[in-house]
Amino acid sequence: MRVTTLPLAVTAYTATSALGQGLDAHLDALCRQRSGLRINDFSNTPLPCWIGRVDGVEELALPAAQAEWDCRNNRLAWLGLRQDDFLAKVQAARERYGAKRLALLLGTSTASIRATEEGYRRLEAGRLPADLHRKSIHTPHSLTAFVAAALGVEGPCLTVSTACSSSAKVFASAERLIRLGLVDAAIVGGVDSLCDSTLFGFNALELVSPEPCRPFDAARRGISIGEAAGFALLERAPSQPQAELHLLGCGESSDAHHMSTPDPSGLGAELALRDIFERAGIAASAVDYINLHGTASQKNDAMEAAVVARLFPTSTRVSSTKGLTGHSLGAAGIVEAVITMLALREGFVPGNAGIIEPDPACSEHFAWRNETRSLRIALSHSFGFGGSNACLAFARADHIA
Amino acid sequence: MNALAIQIEGIGVWSPQLAGFHALQDLLAGEMPATGAARPPASALSPIERRRAPQSVLVAIEAASQAVAMSGRAASSLACVFASAYGDQVTTDYMCSVLARTPTELSPTRFHNSVHNAAAGYWTIAADCHAPSSATCAGSASFGAGLLEAAVLACADNRPVLLVCSDDVGVGPLGELIGGTQVFGCALVLSPGKDAGHRLRLALTASAPRHPPLPTECLAWMHDNASAAALPLLAMLATGRGDCVLAASEQLGLHVQREM
Repeated sequence: MRVTTLPLAVTAYTATSALGQGLDAHLDALCRQRSGLRINDFSNTPLPCWIGRVDGVEELALPAAQAEWDCRNNRLAWLGLRQDDFLAKVQAARERYGAKRLALLLGTSTASIRATEEGYRRLEAGRLPADLHRKSIHTPHSLTAFVAAALGVEGPCLTVSTACSSSAKVFASAERLIRLGLVDAAIVGGVDSLCDSTLFGFNALELVSPEPCRPFDAARRGISIGEAAGFALLERAPSQPQAELHLLGCGESSDAHHMSTPDPSGLGAELALRDIFERAGIAASAVDYINLHGTASQKNDAMEAAVVARLFPTSTRVSSTKGLTGHSLGAAGIVEAVITMLALREGFVPGNAGIIEPDPACSEHFAWRNETRSLRIALSHSFGFGGSNACLAFARADHIA
Repeated sequence: MNALAIQIEGIGVWSPQLAGFHALQDLLAGEMPATGAARPPASALSPIERRRAPQSVLVAIEAASQAVAMSGRAASSLACVFASAYGDQVTTDYMCSVLARTPTELSPTRFHNSVHNAAAGYWTIAADCHAPSSATCAGSASFGAGLLEAAVLACADNRPVLLVCSDDVGVGPLGELIGGTQVFGCALVLSPGKDAGHRLRLALTASAPRHPPLPTECLAWMHDNASAAALPLLAMLATGRGDCVLAASEQLGLHVQREM
């Protein structure tokens, strides 16, 4: 049976990453192609690589009532929530619908694992030290539990942790809850922060680049890990006629191929895209822009470039923006959803940052530099470890006109 | 709307004390249950994957295989939701111990096993399943929140869904804090249809979690493993009686009733 999804109004959205805090900082960096990557000054022992670090996280304090959740990841979440009037817009939605009719669905891959790492570095008689001996920060639900408390959400609350597709998949979960009428609005998003687990983990897999990452470059050498927080508020479109942007649909699939490398045939990615075409009732030719997963790993970029060439006409422009932000893992889905929405709002295609010599496998779809172009429909790709794929389709609310 | 109608087509349970759903039925009938093995068989995995996968994954795969076999569905066709409150605590303890001493010696295999969707990844590979798969958590409400996510997926997209909820024991300083001392995994194949045996109505409620009396063994497992919060529902399915309220979040309950 064909399942169509109803468009949802995106009534608020924001991102905080290495590019800065909030939408204006992101738009400015995208327009000027200013990268937020820096030489690694974060890992607990040296690791020669580049990272996308967010400034100002260390100085931030959580609200006193939520002090039990204090850790770097939740400070980054709180920093992100305070941008672009997001808190006020959530407050208005909560008053409009009631706290029980509001869902919270957040993606993260490592949550507050950095606090657990720190605890293990300074054990006290074999136990986590007193200041970190708090269950609330040593669980993968730490982020969502903190945000639920800070925002006063009383509806369904769920953490989705499917590695690098986490904060894209939350859009699909939210859409289903709203479509079935279990809630009237949903806060979606994700936060992942720098930690030794991912820096040294990806290093062990030989996936970390010693230089700033260069997605789709012929001489790409791997990923640059970043951190980020991003959020969006989704409501039924008919009740929010003033909203400029819609979520048209979400597509999901599994590779069923390998734990840490994508299926080189691109079958999983293609299934997620066909899912979205069917649900949103659009053809590939209707897609004006795709913000690619484009991590700068050898295998992802080869697979993804082939899928683009196979499925889309050259009127579809594509690029990865991870050369600017780094790969924020479980937060990549929401950060790139926000970048995709900015591109739709402003009418431009962000250039594929970090490129020196394009991989010859890349077709003419690729926008190597910024392009001014009016966009109606745009996609964002997110592909994660374990073969977890999610694609999102956004549109200008006036796209049908 | 705040209620969903689903049916349960398959049930799986594994713990060192319970080899399967029939063992739980025996326990609830006052008989001595057939105990599980020290290690879950997880025969759905290839021998290589079974060696590579951590125990947390084997528990999830074993429960999933039982539920899918009972349902008669093809594993490759089922969308799946893998819930776990704490993920793989043994791997987390390993990672944090190595990172504290010799971070550049981290094992790449144990790193990829550390993702919360490791079980979902191993399962979809073993089952050749290209359907959507997810991995979720919600603290002590992980089972109820995972059940809600799976039931919503089944009803919204009109498809059968495999829900797996499992947690391993905790070890090391992390285990000392979290306190999980029992292994427990369970799985359900659920669908929006009305032709199978167990039909349930799930409704969101502000009520606190509650359930009919359970054997002391079940109460102990619920105390010692977050995923064992599924036991009140599993007992409903085993006995064909009662109703329960599961925690779906800190604030929200999920009232589960049998539909006649």
